[in-house]
Amino acid sequence: MPHPASEAQVEDGGSASKPQRIIKLGKTTEDGDKKGTNKRVKDIELCIPIVYGTIAFYLGRKASESQSHKWTVYVRGATNEDLGAVIKHVVFQLHPSFNNPTRVVESPPFELSECGWGEFEIGISLFFHSDVCDKKLDLFHFLKLYPEDESGPQSTKKPVVMESYNEIVFPDPSECFFARVQNHPAVLVPRLPSGFTLPAPAPVENMNGKGRGDTKDHPLNHWFMNFSEADELLKLASARQQVQAHIVKLRRELSVIDGMPQPLKPASSYECT
Amino acid sequence: MDAKDILGLPKTPLPIAQEKKSRPHKDSQRKPDGISREVYALTGGVAPLMPSIDVSQLKRRPPSDEKITWQWLPFTSSARKDNLQLYHWVRVVNGVPPTGDYSFAKYNKSVDVIRYTDEEYAKYLTDPKWTKEETDQLFDLCERFDLRFIIIADRFPTPRTVEELKDRYYSASRAILVARAPSPGEVAGHPLVKEPYNVTHEIERKRALSMVLSQTKHQERKDAEVLAEAKRIAESRMAARAAEEPDLPVPSDIGPESAERAVGPGDTISPSNVQVHAAAAAPSTSVIADNSSTLASLRMLKVYLRTYALEQMVQAASSSAGLRTIKRVEQTLQDLGINLKPKVPTKAVCAEHLELRKEILTLLNLQKQLQYKEAEGSSFRDGSYGDMPGTAKRSQRAVDQDRTFVPDTISFGGDRGVKREQKRKGPGRASETPSSPAGAHKRPRKMKASDL
Repeated sequence: MPHPASEAQVEDGGSASKPQRIIKLGKTTEDGDKKGTNKRVKDIELCIPIVYGTIAFYLGRKASESQSHKWTVYVRGATNEDLGAVIKHVVFQLHPSFNNPTRVVESPPFELSECGWGEFEIGISLFFHSDVCDKKLDLFHFLKLYPEDESGPQSTKKPVVMESYNEIVFPDPSECFFARVQNHPAVLVPRLPSGFTLPAPAPVENMNGKGRGDTKDHPLNHWFMNFSEADELLKLASARQQVQAHIVKLRRELSVIDGMPQPLKPASSYECT
Repeated sequence: MDAKDILGLPKTPLPIAQEKKSRPHKDSQRKPDGISREVYALTGGVAPLMPSIDVSQLKRRPPSDEKITWQWLPFTSSARKDNLQLYHWVRVVNGVPPTGDYSFAKYNKSVDVIRYTDEEYAKYLTDPKWTKEETDQLFDLCERFDLRFIIIADRFPTPRTVEELKDRYYSASRAILVARAPSPGEVAGHPLVKEPYNVTHEIERKRALSMVLSQTKHQERKDAEVLAEAKRIAESRMAARAAEEPDLPVPSDIGPESAERAVGPGDTISPSNVQVHAAAAAPSTSVIADNSSTLASLRMLKVYLRTYALEQMVQAASSSAGLRTIKRVEQTLQDLGINLKPKVPTKAVCAEHLELRKEILTLLNLQKQLQYKEAEGSSFRDGSYGDMPGTAKRSQRAVDQDRTFVPDTISFGGDRGVKREQKRKGPGRASETPSSPAGAHKRPRKMKASDL
């Protein structure tokens, strides 16, 4: 559901056409609501690490022509925390051959299970709460049913898991949002600059009402992959070192060439005949 | 029994001495005075066409007709008001000591501080915030310390800020000047009257200055981003104004916020009329070459993915490089065992990845430079003997043959480099040997991680 257009306001005081006036009226009634969203916290960016992907099981004996695999597509917090404080609902866009290919998941854990036989790209649209962001964020994930090595029959016990790590960045969060989530485990708040005054922390409410939204005890959680940045950082650091050493060597070689005496330079006047 | 007799050598050492004498004589003919023989040999042993240093200048001595002595003599200085007798060393020429005032006396300048009389104070200078004693003390200190207000503020008996003292002094002096002047027109040109001291402005200015000086690197970066964004907005406004009015992009809430942020660092954009393109339009603007403007445009988005941010930054960093260079960067990354898109794109990992890419770009540029320099150097060396057009061509061919044995470290685009060299050396050349480097040149092996 698209966010009401009333929040957008055309700011050049040009001609006040009818639609504009209606928009302005709309805004005044929602002003009380929007007060929190209009005040932003400067210079702080909030970061939500997420993992999204699919887990697909071969159905084995129970498989049929049209339904050979049972798979689940989901979006979870990278450390399995509840994303419900940030995400309002998620829309999964499936292949048109499915009934109602547009599936909306209103509450965490944001996941969807289906049976099928084909691999295709799933569109995942994240819709945030009104004080977080009024724009949706789109992700894409390719559903993989068949394992890399096609040796032997597929096992019903071991699923095909494809997960991607990413981070949602809010460069300019509203004060209301910041207050709500500054102590939330799903949100990474950076180290604050000195002299920064925090808005008063609001209690962490369960935004979606029902039950727990985290995936710490999810039935599939032992298939979840672990994403550690330490490994990558180490590799990158060593690669950088290598490149830097090479650069130093080249610079030295260049300076040797530049500094090399040209013994015949004074005689160059002879050349121009 | 002299040994020399036995050996049959001549008794007198004359011939040897003669040899010695003649050698220095010959040497002085061959080498110039002032520099040693070895040094002279370094320049090639041939006299330069133009002498670079005038040899006679090298060991100048003072004119020998004057007699110089140094004496410990007393002196007086016009700058001193007391009768203190001081002494110093004086350079005496032919028994005549130097005349004139002490050479540093001319630096003893002081300020003309206007002093008022008591009636003048009563008439013009009364002020609720200042007592007469304070004002008197202020003027005394000003005269004593030549208007060095920091010192005056330090020594002032009651605590006053520098701005308050300055304000009182300048306004009082101004009032006296104007009061004493026969007509206002006469003093209108005086700097005190023309430009009065503005206290509030000064306080504000100093505050702003200290804020700027104490900005952290973080703040500086933010300011650079905002300014870059402001420039972009101004330019897009120009473009938008030139374009049709009704065809405006989707407006968003970003308007007031960017104005808020921009006014802070210093009133660079007029807040009311700022129209910012929505997030959807931001990626479609022309290639953002500047790193900080990429950052700024990212901050304009309400929300974005870390991988998207990395893509934008990588694009901005490699905007100056051609497609071939970008492919080489990616090849290097793969050789080093690094994924082109990081598996765990956290903020730190993305930053490191970006830096690595930039460093690889630098590396590739240096390699190219080195290739060119080497090619230039070798062609210069070979092409300088016996310079007729025919021989020049021959020497350049020699260069190409040299190039076939390019060392393996410069493997990226090595053969391409040679081809480029070829084209540079003239049209006639290319037609002569169309395929020789391609044919003769062995394809260098790809650089492996172990090579680095």
